[in-house]
Amino acid sequence: MGMAESILLTIATAATPLLIAAIGELVVERSGVLNLGVEGMMVMGAVCGFVAAALTGSPWLGVLCGILAGALFSLPFAFLTLNIATNQVATGLSLTLLGLGLSSMIGESFVGSPGVRLPNLFIPGLTELPLVGRLLFGQDPIFYLSILLVFAVTWFLFKTRTGLTLRSVGDNHASAHALGIPVIGYRYGAVLFGGACAGLAGAQLSLVYTPQWVENMTAGRGWIALALVVFASWRPLRVLAGAYLFGAVTIGQLHAQALGLGIPSQLLSSLPYLATIVVLVLISRNRRLTMINTPASLGRAFVPDR
Amino acid sequence: MKKIVMGLAMALAATTALPAMAQDKVKACFVYVGSKTDGGWTQAHDLGRQQVEKELGDTVETAFVENVPEGPDAERAIERFARSGCDVVFTTSFGFMDATVAVAQKFPDVKFEHATGYKTADNLAAYNARFYEGRYIQGQIAAKMSKAGVAGYIASFPIPEVVMGINSFILGAQSVNPDFKLKVVWANTWFDAGKEADAAKVLIDQGVDIITQHTDSTGPMQVASERGIKAFGQASDMIKAGPETQLTAIIDTWGNYYVKRIKEVQDGSWKTGSIWDGLMEGILTMAPYTNMPDDVKKMAEETEAKIKSGELKPFTGPVKKQDGSEWLKQGENATDQVLSGLNFYVMGVDDKLPQ
Repeated sequence: MGMAESILLTIATAATPLLIAAIGELVVERSGVLNLGVEGMMVMGAVCGFVAAALTGSPWLGVLCGILAGALFSLPFAFLTLNIATNQVATGLSLTLLGLGLSSMIGESFVGSPGVRLPNLFIPGLTELPLVGRLLFGQDPIFYLSILLVFAVTWFLFKTRTGLTLRSVGDNHASAHALGIPVIGYRYGAVLFGGACAGLAGAQLSLVYTPQWVENMTAGRGWIALALVVFASWRPLRVLAGAYLFGAVTIGQLHAQALGLGIPSQLLSSLPYLATIVVLVLISRNRRLTMINTPASLGRAFVPDR
Repeated sequence: MKKIVMGLAMALAATTALPAMAQDKVKACFVYVGSKTDGGWTQAHDLGRQQVEKELGDTVETAFVENVPEGPDAERAIERFARSGCDVVFTTSFGFMDATVAVAQKFPDVKFEHATGYKTADNLAAYNARFYEGRYIQGQIAAKMSKAGVAGYIASFPIPEVVMGINSFILGAQSVNPDFKLKVVWANTWFDAGKEADAAKVLIDQGVDIITQHTDSTGPMQVASERGIKAFGQASDMIKAGPETQLTAIIDTWGNYYVKRIKEVQDGSWKTGSIWDGLMEGILTMAPYTNMPDDVKKMAEETEAKIKSGELKPFTGPVKKQDGSEWLKQGENATDQVLSGLNFYVMGVDDKLPQ
């Protein structure tokens, strides 16, 4: 395996969890709901995925449990914010805190136990191709799923009737309600999907990225995913670009350090954040386009008046 | 009226005095920066606390609070312990230093112990371990085991304790192979398994074949074992994360110190002070030497014995600074004062120290 290939693989592994969690949150926000519990759902996905895989020995079951855990864990948020219209910011934050606490409780006896890695794809002939073989045909299934998700969500949001309805719910829930669209129902669906994605992203951490369970292993990735959605102005392809840019600069700055170039490491460590924000702000500087893409009802509670 | 007030005051005094008089049970409280199952730094402190409970049994009551961020929250957490009747409070992170000093001033009757800091007061002691002694042994092992002649070091933050470890590691390595090189990557975090793993992958891609870390998760150990190279554990025994990878680990063993100090609180002989113990006193121990040939193991054990007996001190001249100027003359030892403020590399480190 060449160095360039190895670097690209490292970048893909680092970007995938951000991408999946951000794509999930993008759908949630497009429906008009701001769920700040991404970090909490992600860490729940990580712990449940790990525990399921460790107990059964099957990483596939682990992935499934991670997805289910994330989705299930988003249910209390959905109930509180959608049915009894609690404040979305506060509820989301408490979901994160709850997730971090609950996950360390669940995972307490699994700290340090050997993990199960999700096997990489192997296609004889193709995977052995030089340079691009491992990259295109030899990664873990969650990587392929993440790319698929980006295009599926783009298609769903902008090419299907249901996607259009979902966006209209996020733009003006009162009008959508008046038209007879089940606003709460759509938002439930979106929140559950966001939870499932966050759970999958967590499972990627504990089954692919570093196949182990350590407490608080998301280490703020949920928050980065949240930020990516905003800076990408709620557009899936920009989320993809943002996640990979963030991953690339993260890995690049580590390489710059290991080469001993003499650039201050504090500056290098802040580069991924700086670069991602700058680039995404630059590509989103068309204000009209950004306004169109910003869900107008984002974060506002919906209480049907009749 | 005056009498009633006096009576009330006396009654109050009596009730508040009572628990103090019946005080055969000492309450020892611990403030943790991470969670007690982090598999590294905080877990090591909590094992110490458990040892206290086991050895001192009914004469002691312990309490702890986990995941206390360094900063204003720390002061609140420490103060709450001081108010709630703790006799001695252990604050177990460098970043708790100023918060501990502030609370110690407000509660002169409570005793405080701060780990890895340097500020003391009449009721505030500091304690630390010479982790760098273990790093010297690791450096020697690395120089023997590495085929590439270069090791990778995943560092957290450029504070003296970490710089000391890097320097000690390279000095140990150079005592075996004078041309040995060290690549350093700063993760700028103590605990982020993914990021530490990325750092390990990057270092391996750049040709190192031994990984050592001064961050707390088992991420690097796991990457090392996937890529089939060797690595050292940090703060706790990480052999479970790399049964065929871990060469040894520096294990923090705070328990004996905690037991000793709490006993002193019990019998009233507790005094402030600042201790900096090492392998000799057993405040750190080395995990079993594994995954290495017998001759390397033998060398490591001999070095460990020499450090324990005081015959070998890692920072002994001749040592040159990174820029080639002389730091320690032949036979000269670095003073604790210089070490505890160390802010430069010695020769052989392939990195520029962040200032």
